[in-house]
Amino acid sequence: MALLSVRDLHVSYGAIKAVRGISFDIERGEIVTLIGANGAGKSTTLNTIAGLIKPDSGSIELSGESIVGVRPHKIVEKGLALCPEGRRVFTRMSVAENLDMGGYTRTDAENAETIKVVYERFPRLRERVGQFAGTMSGGEQQMLAMGRALMSKPDLLMLDEPSMGLAPILVQEIFDIIKELNRQGTTILLVEQNASMALSIADRGYVLEVGRTVKSGSGKELLHDDDVRKAYLGG
Amino acid sequence: MTFLTQVLNGLQLGSIYALVALGYTMVYGIILLLNFAHGDIIMVGAYISWVAMASLGLHPAIAVVLSIGGCALLGVLIDKVAYAPLRNAPRLSILITAIGVSYFLENGAQLVFGADAKVVPAFVDAPNIVVGDAHVSVIAVITIVVTAVSTAVLTFLVQRTKLGRAMRAVSEDMGAARLMGINVNTTISFTFAVGSALAGIGAILYSMAYAQATPTMGIMLGTKAFVAAVLGGIGSIPGAVIGGLLVGFAEVLVSAIGLSVWKDAVVFALLIIVLIVRPTGILGRTMNEKV
Repeated sequence: MALLSVRDLHVSYGAIKAVRGISFDIERGEIVTLIGANGAGKSTTLNTIAGLIKPDSGSIELSGESIVGVRPHKIVEKGLALCPEGRRVFTRMSVAENLDMGGYTRTDAENAETIKVVYERFPRLRERVGQFAGTMSGGEQQMLAMGRALMSKPDLLMLDEPSMGLAPILVQEIFDIIKELNRQGTTILLVEQNASMALSIADRGYVLEVGRTVKSGSGKELLHDDDVRKAYLGG
Repeated sequence: MTFLTQVLNGLQLGSIYALVALGYTMVYGIILLLNFAHGDIIMVGAYISWVAMASLGLHPAIAVVLSIGGCALLGVLIDKVAYAPLRNAPRLSILITAIGVSYFLENGAQLVFGADAKVVPAFVDAPNIVVGDAHVSVIAVITIVVTAVSTAVLTFLVQRTKLGRAMRAVSEDMGAARLMGINVNTTISFTFAVGSALAGIGAILYSMAYAQATPTMGIMLGTKAFVAAVLGGIGSIPGAVIGGLLVGFAEVLVSAIGLSVWKDAVVFALLIIVLIVRPTGILGRTMNEKV
């Protein structure tokens, strides 16, 4: 059974239909990416899965259990974490407090264990444990946002535009970390505008256009697909 | 009237304003609402004390518990019934609703208890203590100590506990807080409960000092506390305390030099000056409207 299964999802903001029939599956252990232009419905899809937006119709199942209409904080408890677009770290809290918020649904004992793993993965966070998140650089904030999401020990980690606004060298670093997280057992759903980077690390990808899934395939296939190359990879 | 007496008067009045301002500032901090019904919660708290002691003849300690608990419950109820349905509505709608709740409570109290003042019995038998040539009011001392302890407990709660961290997270970014697994509705309810419990404590301290309850007593008290919260920087807990004390001292000072009819005007003038010179208040953060 797929870890996450989305079927014929429709989502709208008032009269505007943002998602018009998206379907995809994620198997345990995979990296799956959704690529597409601005407004294709990528972030809306993630926010809907996380429970922040209610879909008009369609099904979302996590390990076979429907999570449509489940409130966001309950979805986190079920093992699904979203690292949101724009990072949205708590700027007026320290690094340690941010990580602590990430483990809100877990016990203190669990958090004490998880935080060691997070610091191992992101040594820079340990160096800055007392610093206010708002004073950190974009790359550090992205690491904090990812570390924070990992604190809930998710089965599925959803990353919304993790490379947005970062210098190329940091983009590479973030993608290396995503691959490493995956190797250690976290299933990943990645939404990216940087399609070539995303496809190069993804097992499978789905191409979204104006709220629909128009193409899917392995990361490699899509990376070499003529239409995809023209539309998203600059030729 | 010696200097010491005046200082104590200022601290006592300022403490009550500070407690009420804390409630304003907490609710504003979490849902950006100026809860204009907050002053009226104090009025309800004073009536609960009156009912408990004067009508039912209960022990003052029970009256204290009932007032604080009743105010906390009322605060949560007001949020659930009047504000929660408007969580995604424009901020003006919820602000106007708050004014409506305020009128509702005032007129409700008038309907139930009548327009004339009820005398709240004394909570403690407290004669003044004479220190040198100064009369020190025991009630003033109680007020100051209770406020200091309440502020310390509140600061600990917000800074050091899991629930407090959740409150700060919701206050900064409600969406991100949800993604952390925080139940935002519970957190907001809790904030209303704490803020209103502080109003309940304020109601008791106010009743100790002035010993009467009227349906409209919350209006001026609430407005002054609102001034205090804005003065200190709305959203800031230490700011609310500093603002409360400043307003209290300003009033006592103006009265002490024989201009007591001017005390309200001075408080509001103070607000105008602060808003011109430092619009975010003394400890307020610069506001960044999120895009």
